Amino acid sequence: MKPIKKPLGHFLALITKAAAATTFLVMAFLILYILINGLPHLTPSLFEFKYTTKNVSMFPALVSTIIMTALSLIIAVPLGAFAGIYLVEYAKKGNRTVKVVRVTAEALSGIPSIVYGLFGMMFFVTYLKWGNSILAGAFTLSIMVLPLIMRTTEEALKSVPDSYREGSFGLGAGRLHTIFKVVLPSAVPGILAGVILSIGRIIGETAALIYTAGTVTEMPQNVFSSARTLSVHMWALTGESLHKNESYAAGVVLLILVVGINSFSAFIAKKFIKEGK
Amino acid sequence: MNKFSISQLYLYYDNFCALTDINIDIEDKNITAFIGPSGCGKSTFLKTLNRMNDLVDGCKVTGEVLLDGTNIYKDVDTNLLRKRVGMVFQKPNPFPMSVYDNIAYGPRAHGVKSKAMLDEIVEKSLQSAAIWDELKDRLRKPALALSGGQQQRICIARAVAVSPEVLLMDEPTSALDPISTSKIEDLVLELKEKYTIIIVTHNMQQAARVSDKTAFFLLGELIEYGNTNDIFSMPTHKKTEGYISGRFG
Amino acid sequence: MASDKGDPGQKSQKFWENFMKTLFFISALTSVIAVFLICIFLFAGGIPAMFKIGLFEFIFGRKWAPNDVPPLFGILPMIMGSIYITGGAIAVGVPTGILTAAYMARLCPQNLYRVLKPAVGVLAGIPSIVYGFFGMVVIVPLVSQVFSANGNTILSASILLGIMILPTVIGISETAIRAVPESYYEGSLALGASNEWSIFFVILPAAKSGILAAVILGVGRAIGETMAVIMVAGGQPRLPNSILDGVRTLTANIVTEMPYAADLHREALIATGVVLFVFILIINLLVALLKRGGN
Repeated sequence: MKPIKKPLGHFLALITKAAAATTFLVMAFLILYILINGLPHLTPSLFEFKYTTKNVSMFPALVSTIIMTALSLIIAVPLGAFAGIYLVEYAKKGNRTVKVVRVTAEALSGIPSIVYGLFGMMFFVTYLKWGNSILAGAFTLSIMVLPLIMRTTEEALKSVPDSYREGSFGLGAGRLHTIFKVVLPSAVPGILAGVILSIGRIIGETAALIYTAGTVTEMPQNVFSSARTLSVHMWALTGESLHKNESYAAGVVLLILVVGINSFSAFIAKKFIKEGK
Repeated sequence: MNKFSISQLYLYYDNFCALTDINIDIEDKNITAFIGPSGCGKSTFLKTLNRMNDLVDGCKVTGEVLLDGTNIYKDVDTNLLRKRVGMVFQKPNPFPMSVYDNIAYGPRAHGVKSKAMLDEIVEKSLQSAAIWDELKDRLRKPALALSGGQQQRICIARAVAVSPEVLLMDEPTSALDPISTSKIEDLVLELKEKYTIIIVTHNMQQAARVSDKTAFFLLGELIEYGNTNDIFSMPTHKKTEGYISGRFG
Repeated sequence: MASDKGDPGQKSQKFWENFMKTLFFISALTSVIAVFLICIFLFAGGIPAMFKIGLFEFIFGRKWAPNDVPPLFGILPMIMGSIYITGGAIAVGVPTGILTAAYMARLCPQNLYRVLKPAVGVLAGIPSIVYGFFGMVVIVPLVSQVFSANGNTILSASILLGIMILPTVIGISETAIRAVPESYYEGSLALGASNEWSIFFVILPAAKSGILAAVILGVGRAIGETMAVIMVAGGQPRLPNSILDGVRTLTANIVTEMPYAADLHREALIATGVVLFVFILIINLLVALLKRGGN
């Protein structure tokens, strides 16, 4: 029998290691680069209540981001969670409606954010005459994160053992009671992980918001005010070459927020899996 | 007196016929054992008695199942039916909540809100499951932290808490150690005073020890049904004899 | 029994059961309605312009000059721009991604995995605007220095997007590699093949449909990326001659010109979105077909 060439094996091992190292180093470099260059520019003036062209405060953008996130979640979480409940707890296997829902949800998750932005601009801003507003932005984003929440809810519900449902039905409890008292409480951590992931996407989103929520620098008055989130703020700053330092600072805040939020979600999901066992 | 009266019952999963022409009367305040090899339909049949099979996609039942003279497959609310005909499962399946909330779950689902009433139900149910003394100081502890045998008795107490008339037990001791098993068996004999009990078991000795009547199932058919003593001492059917003496199954 | 059939508690319970079931069902339909509305509005907003301009002139027109008289709306440069950059991103990101996935799924020690896996998660979470900024301040100057040219090029965008598609490629490839039955690997070892050899010539080929799905989803991510690309690709609406030329992608076209576009110009931008949308639909379809084939 022909012996397998050793050098080839070494080479193959080497390139996988090199690739993994590249991936890791790129991640580390990117994060450190933004942090090191950005942290020194996080000055108190950047968090002044009112934006002026002089202080370039990101405070109104932060407030808008919070409002935008909250509003998007208020719309998307019940819809996505309820949809997930329907798919797992009610729909019969092989049901045609369910197939259509799954296919469309998958299609939604593949649509680029700029297409959401275009749709939001044509539908919410123009057709429904909401104008550039937080409301239009939030509705656009809620459609964007809907498939994510649906999918995580579905997975969380599926991981609840059927014996809980049987136990509850066996006592004569109705379907609704079973869902809300036994199934959902066990699924909450999984659903929460999906919601937190959605928060990360909402905070990091730019393209879907520029033409739906707009780029106004002021503190928003109500949901019909146009406003910029932190990501859009950063985008606007990079367009003006004068504000590189402020861009770095905005980048640091975004990075810390989003990476922190995503890690938190991963943590919850992990804990959930452990407890499930 | 008959609690259940079943005639010409057929059950299909899609096109597969899982139960064929079952005719059987089950006596009130008695223990009836269903025995037979795996896949013979005994558990499936048990689940037709409180319509738990409704939860299975593609399951269809024909024939008559009379509970106190009313056909449970006609114009009966399944939730109320399952309140009357409770169930204990093969693997202990307490909910991921405290002992107290597990027991109070059923009564709450059926609209009991008063704290005093729930306290009373919890105590009574745990007493009738012979586990009150062990757990009375640990009512707020999660039920999943208990041992398997304790969990199963919690499940029995939980079933008793909605004051059912019938208790269906689907191999309730198959996941337990011998000591817990004998505790459950003693409990079953006690519960017989108040409830009609139907128990599915793989364990011949268990059927012989606890039941008054025994039904032997094979390949979806009811082969033989009679007094437990008769079935075990002089089965009329060859197949029953073969199964009991351990020639197959 | 205490609660009989006619009692009001029972009735209100029935009502809630049905009410909530309907509510859940309607919620499940939201995604269907959303896709329907997106299609309607996008097509209604964009397709008329395609016909006004002429479908052929629009898609194969080599010149985009909305301010000329008469204006020219050819999006071929943008289509090619998207394709070049996506191709470049694939060239950069796919080999790295698959090799990293192979390393993570098969070769890496447990301790290292606990570092690598979250690292990929972090890459997935970084907002595209931050990636774009990083490209602007690091990759563009680097390319500019190395090639002593303007750094806003296809090359810069390809490198940046290559990094951005890494988590997609790694995540899905890793799952696919892990799904290969252990018996394949053992069978190969039993024949005297080395560990690495078995991974490359037995496991990776066995996972090819999953890895292909990873690549296609990476393409989808790259072609739809907007903000990061705008910040590093230059944005010139012309057919490039080399990878050191700047280009504009379909996505960039929409964002760059929307603020001052009106009438037919605006419609042409929406039509650009339609073309992008069709690209994405084709990609989704490919993934769906691949999944079906896999099962």
